[in-house]
Amino acid sequence: MSFTGKVHKVGAHIDTDAIIPARFLVTTDTRKLGEACMEGLEPGWVKRVHEGDIIVAGRNFGCGSSREHAPLAIIGAGIRAVVGHSFARIFYRNAFNMGLMLLEVGDEVDKINDGDTLEISPENGTIRDLDNGAEIRIPPLSPMMQTLIDKGGMVNYVKEQLKLRGEAE
Amino acid sequence: MAMTLAQKILQMHTDEEVREPGQIVECSLSGVLANDITGPLAIKSFHAMGAKKVFDRDRVFLVMDHYTPQKDIASANQVIVSRRFAREMGITHYYEGGCAGVEHALLPEKGLVKPGDLVIGADSHTCTYGGIGAFSTGLGSTDIACGMVLGKLWFKVPATIRVNIEGTMPRWIRGKDLILRLIGEIGVDGALYRALEFGGSALKDVDIEGRLCMANMAIEAGGKCGLFPSDDLTAEYCRAHGTPDPMRLAADEGAEYERTVTMDVTGMEPVVACPHLPENTRPVSELSDVTVDQVVIGSCTNGRISDMRDAAEILRGRKVAKGVRCIVIPATPAVWRQAMDEGLFEVFSDAGCVISTPTCGPCLGGYMGVLGDGERCISTSNRNFRGRMGSLDSELYLASPVVAAASAVTGVITGPEAL
Repeated sequence: MSFTGKVHKVGAHIDTDAIIPARFLVTTDTRKLGEACMEGLEPGWVKRVHEGDIIVAGRNFGCGSSREHAPLAIIGAGIRAVVGHSFARIFYRNAFNMGLMLLEVGDEVDKINDGDTLEISPENGTIRDLDNGAEIRIPPLSPMMQTLIDKGGMVNYVKEQLKLRGEAE
Repeated sequence: MAMTLAQKILQMHTDEEVREPGQIVECSLSGVLANDITGPLAIKSFHAMGAKKVFDRDRVFLVMDHYTPQKDIASANQVIVSRRFAREMGITHYYEGGCAGVEHALLPEKGLVKPGDLVIGADSHTCTYGGIGAFSTGLGSTDIACGMVLGKLWFKVPATIRVNIEGTMPRWIRGKDLILRLIGEIGVDGALYRALEFGGSALKDVDIEGRLCMANMAIEAGGKCGLFPSDDLTAEYCRAHGTPDPMRLAADEGAEYERTVTMDVTGMEPVVACPHLPENTRPVSELSDVTVDQVVIGSCTNGRISDMRDAAEILRGRKVAKGVRCIVIPATPAVWRQAMDEGLFEVFSDAGCVISTPTCGPCLGGYMGVLGDGERCISTSNRNFRGRMGSLDSELYLASPVVAAASAVTGVITGPEAL
């Protein structure tokens, strides 16, 4: 199912301290974390975001700590997906485990302009910038990531494993 | 097949045949770690998974280290979650208060990690244990919850970048200088998704604490892990820390590397990473006009006893410059005690340092030395992102304890030779 959202562009090497500074790590509440999303990049950044918007990032987005609060803060801010040149590996796993969609597109990311509206169609494997007409092909996900998405994230995946073992509630 | 260290260790923990990089294998875990920040999220996921018990109560490690002793009500409430969980699950290795130290210094010191182990931790610097030949990597809390429940997790076999350290180590060069130099050369995403594997003729001159420091910062190059072979030095360290018969490990001759980086350390100068990325490295002598307001000596990178000795050697008979705060943080209770027994606290106290109890504290801008607007700090920690230690307008430089201590004395960034 395709969806559209407004683009908020950020630069390269956006680290997890920028996404959610440590002083906000005293909660696990997604909505509260969302209120401080990108507070380490620019105070009040999150005010520009509307439900369903999309972050478009440069190289190595999410580098730094393993805090799962980072994808949670992005989800909590109402962001639907992050399109990036590349992602830091812990952040990449965390995002899928939390149900945040990441799309790795390399240099093609430069075709997207800040403030434009993007249309993302995971099934068709395309991202379209509706304002400048640019189209980007999305490479297919690895089978393991696809399994996680099909199961609805890591929690459900483990739940199913436990049921198979007869250990779940 | 000739294997890299990463392939070799993963193979020891899976029934599948480990072949090429990119392959996904399910592996059994030797240990699963979480701390006071990441533990509660993992526990939340644990319950959401419908789990009733951990896979092995002796192999789940919970270390309350980031804000210990708890800095405020919210952080204290988070520890209550972990404490209750540890009690309910009968977790053997739960550390808090006077037993707690910075997790990545504490686990090897207590012999909870050994060569050949496969360890995951809900902390990005879990890669530290590569210093003693363990495949260890940082993950998010939900992956950790999965590990706590199943004792298994999927791993992508990483490609490996081989790093050969050659030449003669100069007197004041430490593991920290070597890893900062490497990150400066390959960049903060130079090892993205990859394993770093260290070797070369000068490796024998890098002691285990230096190797732990280097492996610790593999993540600062984007790496999945930073692996050292398990050699004579490793065996000696492990025997002194609760592992009587540690496994010897080395990469196979002819193992395939994505690339090889050679660093000749002969004549090398201490290295400093400038704001706001660990890759912005410069030789210390080029920064002699940079003043500092604060110096932090500690962390999972450089809070071990050899680091305390290095700092004391520089500070002995000298004073911290007027207007500079120098905060010394031994990483574990054992390091704290050893430093005291060796008389290092007298040296620090005479010099005018603040001596803290073990904590991650200022490294992540938590407490115990947070920076204000426009302040500048040189720290022995691992990350100098903008705002990492406090104000978004503060600046953070990274260096070895030798350089940090020398800078505390002069109030500007200073190498030991310039004192």
